[in-house]
Amino acid sequence: MSSIEDRVTKIIVEQLGVKPEDVKLEASFVEDLGADSLDTVELVMALEEEFETEIPDEEAEKISTVQAAIDYVKGHA
Amino acid sequence: MTASAEQTARVALVTGASRGIGKAIAAGLAAAGYTVVGTATTQAGADAIGAMLAGQGGGVVMDVSDAESVTAAMATIQAEYGAPLVLVNNAGITRDNIMLRMKAEEWDAVINTNLNALFRVTRACLKGMTKARWGRIINITSVVGTMGNAGQANYAAAKGGAEGFTRALAREVGSRAITVNAVAPGFIQTDMTEALPEAQRDNLLSQIPLGRLGQVEEIASAVTWLASDGAGYVTGTTVHVNGGMFTG
Ligand SMILES: NC(=O)c1ccc[n+]([C@@H]2O[C@H](COP(=O)([O-])OP(=O)(O)OC[C@H]3O[C@@H](n4cnc5c(N)ncnc54)[C@H](OP(=O)(O)O)[C@@H]3O)[C@@H](O)[C@H]2O)c1
Repeated sequence: MSSIEDRVTKIIVEQLGVKPEDVKLEASFVEDLGADSLDTVELVMALEEEFETEIPDEEAEKISTVQAAIDYVKGHA
Repeated sequence: MTASAEQTARVALVTGASRGIGKAIAAGLAAAGYTVVGTATTQAGADAIGAMLAGQGGGVVMDVSDAESVTAAMATIQAEYGAPLVLVNNAGITRDNIMLRMKAEEWDAVINTNLNALFRVTRACLKGMTKARWGRIINITSVVGTMGNAGQANYAAAKGGAEGFTRALAREVGSRAITVNAVAPGFIQTDMTEALPEAQRDNLLSQIPLGRLGQVEEIASAVTWLASDGAGYVTGTTVHVNGGMFTG
């Protein structure tokens, strides 16, 4: 089983169509990885699916960077 | 019409499919090959829809004016049929009164059932369409939303609002190949227009160039077209089906 970091990175690469090496921990989805608001919602949907969890809207809004996504998954999945 | 393989696989949700226009839309989409889920406010209504669709979908109880009912019905639909990729927001009511006499309850009921319902049901269906990167949202509005009609300030507000919603959402989800359109019927022969007094009916007919009320199938065919792959470049617009009583 690959690490949470790897699984989150894989999802970001697939959803946003970016290169794995660009998915740095501090990268912001919108500012650094070119996501629009719909992309960020879809990213959260994909995280929910991969980690079999429901992310409430208030929490989802806070997941704006790679690090935030990993932290959320580690804390909840 | 021959159905493409994609159409057959697609689930279409039609609210208010127990009577009138919604029933004809459900029948039209089923004939075009979709798996159709139709809603009614009663179990008897839902059962009748199920019987009409004869295995090509079914009926579900949903009160679009109630958030909990929508949530519960959507969970049932998702589990039994999968995510609807075609949504027809058709359920609607009238509570006509001149503004000076209109009660707050009449205003609220019409806004809640005809406009707030679009928020509830559409939001519940959007995730599935976004994920599929394909979707069709078709809102049944009314010629009254554009022309206005004395005694229907509440209804005109709701239907005009629904058309604004249509235009905004079309811009929001276009990048996911989801189209959002409205179909605005003129006066169609249903329970809703059966209730009109004779004199008002005659007066109405004199304003319709085609000289007759419309038939429910004539609305259904516009909806079936908007749902089809062939209408994939049409979004954010209102298709008027009104016998010429209003020409944009
Ligand atoms: N008829 C016309 O001339 C005309 C003209 C312009 C626009 N329209 C629009 O076309 C649509 C259909 O009208 P229609 O003439 O076919 O009406 P209708 O014959 O009165 O049927 C209304 C349908 O909506 C359902 N409905 C009502 N309240 C509901 C609620 N709270 N939750 C869920 N479903 C509800 C009804 O279900 P139940 O059977 O369970 O009550 C029924 O299936 C409406 O949006 C209407 O505004 C109609």
